[in-house]
Amino acid sequence: MMARITMDDVGALARGCAVLGTGGGGDVRTAAIAARRTISAYGEVPLVSLEELDPDALVLPLSGIGAPTVSHEMIAAAEEPVRIRDEVERVFGRPPAAVMSSEIGGANGVAPVAWAARLGLPLLDADAMGRAFPEVQMVSMNVAGIPPTPVVMADAVGNVVTIRPVDGVWSERIARAVCVAAGSSALMADYILTAGELARGVIRGTVRRAIGIGRATQGARDPLAALIAELGAARLITGKLTELERRTTGGFARGTVVIEGTGEDRGRRLTVEIQNENLVAIENDRVRAIVPDLITIVDTLTASAIQTENLRYGQRVTVIAWPCDPLWRTPEGLKIAGPRAFGYDLDHLPVETIAP
Amino acid sequence: MSERAALRVGIDVGGTNTDAVVLDAAGRVVAKVKRPTTPDVTGGLCAALDAVLAAIPDPRQVTRVMLGTTHATNAILERRSLGRVAVLRLGAPATTSVPPLSDWPEDLRAAVVAGTAIVRGGRFVDGREIAPLDEDAIRRFLAETPADAVAVTGVFSPAGADQELRVREIVREELGDVPVSLSHEIGTLGLLERENATVLNAALYGVAREVTAALEAALAARGLAVETFFAQNDGTLMSVEYAARYPVLTIGSGPANSLRGAAHLSGVADAIVADVGGTSTDLGVLVAGFPRESSAAVEIGGVTTNFRMPDILSIALGGGTIIDTLGDPREAPRSVGYRVATEALVFGGSTPTMTDAAVAAGRGSVGTRPVPAEARDRLTAAVRVADELIADAVDRVSLGKADLPLVAVGGAAFLLPDRIPGVREVLRPAHSEVANAVGAAIALAGGRFETIVPAARDAAERAASLESAKEEAAARAVAAGADPASVRIVELSEIPLSYLPEPAVRLHVKAAGPLAGMP
Repeated sequence: MMARITMDDVGALARGCAVLGTGGGGDVRTAAIAARRTISAYGEVPLVSLEELDPDALVLPLSGIGAPTVSHEMIAAAEEPVRIRDEVERVFGRPPAAVMSSEIGGANGVAPVAWAARLGLPLLDADAMGRAFPEVQMVSMNVAGIPPTPVVMADAVGNVVTIRPVDGVWSERIARAVCVAAGSSALMADYILTAGELARGVIRGTVRRAIGIGRATQGARDPLAALIAELGAARLITGKLTELERRTTGGFARGTVVIEGTGEDRGRRLTVEIQNENLVAIENDRVRAIVPDLITIVDTLTASAIQTENLRYGQRVTVIAWPCDPLWRTPEGLKIAGPRAFGYDLDHLPVETIAP
Repeated sequence: MSERAALRVGIDVGGTNTDAVVLDAAGRVVAKVKRPTTPDVTGGLCAALDAVLAAIPDPRQVTRVMLGTTHATNAILERRSLGRVAVLRLGAPATTSVPPLSDWPEDLRAAVVAGTAIVRGGRFVDGREIAPLDEDAIRRFLAETPADAVAVTGVFSPAGADQELRVREIVREELGDVPVSLSHEIGTLGLLERENATVLNAALYGVAREVTAALEAALAARGLAVETFFAQNDGTLMSVEYAARYPVLTIGSGPANSLRGAAHLSGVADAIVADVGGTSTDLGVLVAGFPRESSAAVEIGGVTTNFRMPDILSIALGGGTIIDTLGDPREAPRSVGYRVATEALVFGGSTPTMTDAAVAAGRGSVGTRPVPAEARDRLTAAVRVADELIADAVDRVSLGKADLPLVAVGGAAFLLPDRIPGVREVLRPAHSEVANAVGAAIALAGGRFETIVPAARDAAERAASLESAKEEAAARAVAAGADPASVRIVELSEIPLSYLPEPAVRLHVKAAGPLAGMP
């Protein structure tokens, strides 16, 4: 039987995507409202694996880009995915057969349910990050050496822009400029490839994984233990948020968070460096987890992920970390989204070897 | 005149009790009562009013009545007396992926919505129009959608309100005096949350009329010719006329009143306030005499809104808390609530409560009989757990500042110990059990203004935009009833917005002043 994403799955998906967002990726709430409402209007969304698609079937990776402040106020137009689909059909001579999330972490992991429902297409059980990253070139297809071209963007008023960038970095630069002209919010499709071509360049099973994370913690007697078990994560510290320093530089919200241990962790102190996402966890001058491995700060009681902009002094939190997809640990993966891509002069060390 | 101008009555409707006080011109409490809150709210309110008036020699000396009430909150929670609202969003072709009220509970939606439309209009973040306002579509929608009120929400209206104001004119032309809620007057950035608050405001116009009529009838029946004011969620007052336009602002006035009352009674302007009731303790922070506010989303009756509320941490610990249910971090403690006066051990009942624990610890002499000796160990252990919960909550709200005093108010304030870690001293002012009603009675009239402006290129430009925001906030305070000669700016924040191509700043200004004509 073909799997479907139902109304009932949206809450679990949103909860899981927030965890995979590692503090970034945007608020999942509006995306969840859009997903529920689109499912109720257009029906449930089939969830397919790459193998279930014809190797020649065209897959449409979609993501919203822009400023969160803007997308929270100027919500997207319902027709944006339709305009992208139509343009892709013009360019490729055939319509896409499935939608894919470019970024499972945060809002871009949840919104594709609404986009797929609107287009009447299945959603591919895969994404291009396995988490959240701040820039569009930080995707698995780029690691695999696949060029992003063509890039198709649609905005809220109906403009459609097709870009043929020479590489992922140019894609980011031109797409950002288009996004600014469009009012700092747009929908984008890049790496529009066949299922066969994508086979070497996506991270599989991440939609199911997100739903599984959400389901494991919902209604659990001990949500935190359930979350850690579901992820196979290391618990870096349980404690209280005692210091929080924020600075906005170069369009990124950077900051440093200090968590002081409580209970069995009393006396310990963990520092987390953030740049939209949680990137490095340090204790006693030793790195305990570092990007591209995933670091998420959750509410100790409910195990709900806390976005970096919602961190507050005094919160009772637990910091967990777990391994990224192996593709990010390859030399090319680390070049694109390793510590140095974020300005840290540090080597990546696998979390399973350095976490306490 | 001096005698006539002397007295004011403050009434605060709480979950359990309706409290009323009479204050003299110097702000001293001359009478206070507590009466049970009734399901219809108005009954308990009248009972408290009668009792407090009976406690003063000449009720005709009362010139003003200030009311903090839960009528609006209850109407939303119970889906009762709500008006039907024509919901209009200005933003097409943008925003259509999430139509208005998509996240509302079905029953509340059914009770409130006369119809919804997203018409062409709204603005981009940089001020350009998304589309020119589609006036024909608005007129058609209004003609097709009979409603008690209209709610209008334009994309980025907090940065430029002209389109919403134009829609109000159109409604006047088409429907006459049907009331209109404009989102830029209600909430801040975040379209869905602001839209929700605006629709709730429009749905509450009828409730506001009912409450005002009931209060005025009650006052007239008692021969009182007084001015009446409503408490709002930021600890200031608004005139009846103003409350009639912004009834949603009465939601959350209870905690704000209690914070302001604590400031007045203790004489401290910067403090942590703990209001201990029967089932819970609400902790908030006073900054320069006003409640510290939270900008986090607030859910009311299943609807997410974003208007500003006092930043309150509520913990499940009160005089009626059953001690056997304390101490499990995964389950909230239960309370006997108002039945504490019959069920607690010190009242001859059989349920060990926090009231018994506090008496056993020598913190109060409440009740009609001593604490049974065999219960003492358990009660002592409960006090330890409760003190830890309080210390933990104080630490959270204080944000690590250890030098603030804590003002203990509310009917069960005796639960709190005299020494709390992280607190300079614990203050227990007289009349603290009716701090909320005192807070309503002493409040200033207030207004606020929030807008988004391009980041200033130089000092003169910044000064000009600050000045115009201050003027608007002051004008709103005067509209709410403040004396124009003594309005002052009590809060001003400039928050840079990140990720935008052109730097922009969110300005928030709050103004407040004594009521016009107040001695």
